[in-house]
Amino acid sequence: MSTHGPIATHRSATGVPSGRLAIWWLLASEIFIFGGLVVCFVLFKLNGTPGFEDASLTSTAAGAINTFVLLTSSLSIVLAHAAIEKGDSAKSFTYIWYTIGGGFVFLGIKAYEYTGKILHGHTLTDNLFWSFYYTMTGLHALHVIGGMVIMALISFDIRKGHNYQRVELIGIYWHFVDLVWIFLFPLLYIANF
Amino acid sequence: MSETYAHPNYIKIWFWLLILLALSVAGPMLEIPALTILTAFGIAVVKAFLVAANFMHLKFEKKIIWFLLILSMCLLGVFFFGAAPDVMMTEGDQWIDCIADKSCVEQRL
Amino acid sequence: MSQSTSAVATDTHAEHHEELSFLYKYILPIDHKIIAMQYIFTGMIMAIVGGYFAYAFRMQLAFPGDLVPLYGLVGPGEYNMLVTNHGTIMIFWVAMPVLIAGFGNYLIPLMIGCDDMVFPRLNRLSYQIFLVSALVLILSFFVKGGGFGGAWTAYPPLSSVAEYSLTDWGASLWLLAVALEFISFLLGGINFVTTAMNARAPGMKMLDIPIAVWFIVVAVILFMASVGPLVAGAVMLFMDQRVGTTFFLPSAGGDPLLWEHLFWFFGHPEVYVVLLPTMGIVAEIITVFSRKKLFGYRTVLYTAFATGGLSFVVWAHHQFIAGIDPRMANVFTVTTVLISIPLAEMMFSYIATLYGGSIELKTPMLWALSFLAAFLIGGVTGIYLGASAMDVYFHDSYFVLAHFHYTFFPITIIGMFAALTYWFPKMFGRMMNETLGKIHFWGTFIPFNCIFLPLFFLGLAGQHRRIYNYDHFPDLATQELQDIRVFATYSLIVMIFFQLIFVYNFFHSMFKGEKATENPWKSNTLEWTTLSPPPHGNFKVLPTVYRGPYEYSVPGRDEDYWPQNEAPKKS
Ligand code: HEM
Ligand SMILES: [Cu+2]
Repeated sequence: MSTHGPIATHRSATGVPSGRLAIWWLLASEIFIFGGLVVCFVLFKLNGTPGFEDASLTSTAAGAINTFVLLTSSLSIVLAHAAIEKGDSAKSFTYIWYTIGGGFVFLGIKAYEYTGKILHGHTLTDNLFWSFYYTMTGLHALHVIGGMVIMALISFDIRKGHNYQRVELIGIYWHFVDLVWIFLFPLLYIANF
Repeated sequence: MSETYAHPNYIKIWFWLLILLALSVAGPMLEIPALTILTAFGIAVVKAFLVAANFMHLKFEKKIIWFLLILSMCLLGVFFFGAAPDVMMTEGDQWIDCIADKSCVEQRL
Repeated sequence: MSQSTSAVATDTHAEHHEELSFLYKYILPIDHKIIAMQYIFTGMIMAIVGGYFAYAFRMQLAFPGDLVPLYGLVGPGEYNMLVTNHGTIMIFWVAMPVLIAGFGNYLIPLMIGCDDMVFPRLNRLSYQIFLVSALVLILSFFVKGGGFGGAWTAYPPLSSVAEYSLTDWGASLWLLAVALEFISFLLGGINFVTTAMNARAPGMKMLDIPIAVWFIVVAVILFMASVGPLVAGAVMLFMDQRVGTTFFLPSAGGDPLLWEHLFWFFGHPEVYVVLLPTMGIVAEIITVFSRKKLFGYRTVLYTAFATGGLSFVVWAHHQFIAGIDPRMANVFTVTTVLISIPLAEMMFSYIATLYGGSIELKTPMLWALSFLAAFLIGGVTGIYLGASAMDVYFHDSYFVLAHFHYTFFPITIIGMFAALTYWFPKMFGRMMNETLGKIHFWGTFIPFNCIFLPLFFLGLAGQHRRIYNYDHFPDLATQELQDIRVFATYSLIVMIFFQLIFVYNFFHSMFKGEKATENPWKSNTLEWTTLSPPPHGNFKVLPTVYRGPYEYSVPGRDEDYWPQNEAPKKS
């Protein structure tokens, strides 16, 4: 990783490697995107907009299991990072695929939830609560899918011995996806008053 | 990849996170709204902090990153308080749905 | 540690890098200089489209109902589509790509002394997304119903309900194009900031960074921090349009004011996003052409930070009469008036830089000075508008329109010409023709004032914006007012003709102009220490920096400039 690409890529005047710095900037802008949605949601909710009591219809159990799944996948990606730091790319590969597996379980449960709700008539356009529910979880799910794809690419890359530092970068991103869910969970599943 | 720092015990952190998750699920069962808010969102903040500090290694990161993230949240707060007085004002909300009524659309064109 | 200006090799093709095929060099480049050109040229082409739209609707205003030569009939819907897309194009597809992405790409690596952006491939991807966004926008003009006509601010429900806007697909494609453009600039911005933070030449401390780079970086950060909620809003608006949600539809519990807040929370910082790069470019030019140190480097920098910070708390001054809480109008009036303080301070610093300098009125300097003069008018009229009591009368009138054209025109058009004429020798290795440059300058600057100064008076007379034919309003259809409209339109046509001189000068000089030396303006910053144009990899030997960028006319030196990378003499 040290010889190709421009010299600029390998400079580090701040002491934070460029890759990591860029990921943090990316996450900062993601905070604004998800944060914007959350702020809008909270504004409507505090305003007592009709429909928001439907939060009681979301299944806390499903949300909690999904939180568990994401937290665990966060653990496995950080273990992948720990492994690659020791140079153990085979172990790291396995952990990355555990994480991807976690992503699949998460999406499966989500799909199950969506189906159930839609069959009960709670579609995207049912009322504002459901509009927010699908928009927020949908945008989050897109981030999950994106993360899974990138992780798969990286996993094969490191097996060939390239770009070890990317495991940490995708890890930071994946934790962020987890963080978003940590906040969506109480907003959409627990706070139903 | 050159920094060396003692890793936090990831498994232990994960374990704490699960306990917090259990608490936040159990919270609403007491059916005290104020407490639910606390267990739901207070615990979310704690969980977020644990993940960020340990898994994302923010504990070991330069101050500037903290600054960046906290500033982002503050700006969102600014937006919230700037928009809240209007969005949460309910007077003047008696719009009629014009689209449903064809004649009304024609009348306004 | 020996590279002074002369130590840089002067032969062009001594590099050992492999020759790239045309495809990889010009179509899919990763070299920041080529990507910069792509942005600049795309931006200039879009400027022609935007200018053409302006021509069409100004003709309609001057001669309502007549066929517009080279365009055709401008009906009411057509008119709305023209103004909407004129505004959108000029801001998102001209100002931002040329000034931030274009010159940012060109200048950041050169000015901080490194060989490329930190992530060259990401850089290329940003441009490609940007190009797609431009194509989507152009596509939106041709779908059934025509292009979107709900103003660049896209207030719902007009923008979200097809039965109201009458441009079902036009509205959605417009929104999609804008969203893609945001994504492109988010990716590009991450690259810019990371590069400026991490890839600086050894020895370049924070306060040795040229103001142009600083300001582009601050602008990018403002953009990244303000656009997020609007991206969320765009997703919501898109769903309102296509799926039938009701986020912004009041009849079903949604709130259109929420969109206005989301939009202007971005929209106001956005005006500083485009302002700051031009302010930076002007700082470079006025120091070089008055041979003086920038007056108060730190002050200028801190005022930019202050402006940036304050720009997040003024947004609702665009909504004073939108039905917002009147108590909030007080708050936002105060913050709006406050924000003019750091900006005025910055202006004073620039003027103080000129004071006592040996000013040389070369074309770039003319542009830079005219920027300061014109922007002053724009800024001062902004303060009128910021006072909520006055804005009740001014809002949505031509006074507002004249205000923001006195800010945006100097920023976008004057700033672009200033930068192009100043860095032309570096970019293309040849000098531009001075005489033609000056003719073009006066032929642009005088008509510019003739177009927009009268609009202030139209606004004061009560002329509302976004109306396609004033004949329907007896109070506004008077002969005197119509004369003013005709005068403004004729001025626009004069201005358009003078642009031909620029086009000729630009392309003629690019191929036939006098060969430029490495440092024709005797400037200090690092981009002038390498070849014109710089080779792939920018510098033969990557420079080391010893001092700040504005050491002009330092007493006790033979030369009146002192390049940043010139090693100090051992005494
Ligand atoms: C001291 C500086 C400034 C102040 C106090 C100021 C104030 C204002 C106010 C109060 C309005 C709202 C008027 C209304 O809609 O009734 C406004 C509109 C506007 N300003 Fe400024 N402004 C300033 C600088 C700028 C700059 C630097 C730019 C551009 C780069 C700019 C661009 C605009 C635009 C585009 C609008 C109209 C938006 C629309 O309604 O379409 N302003 N300004
Ligand atoms: Cu504003």
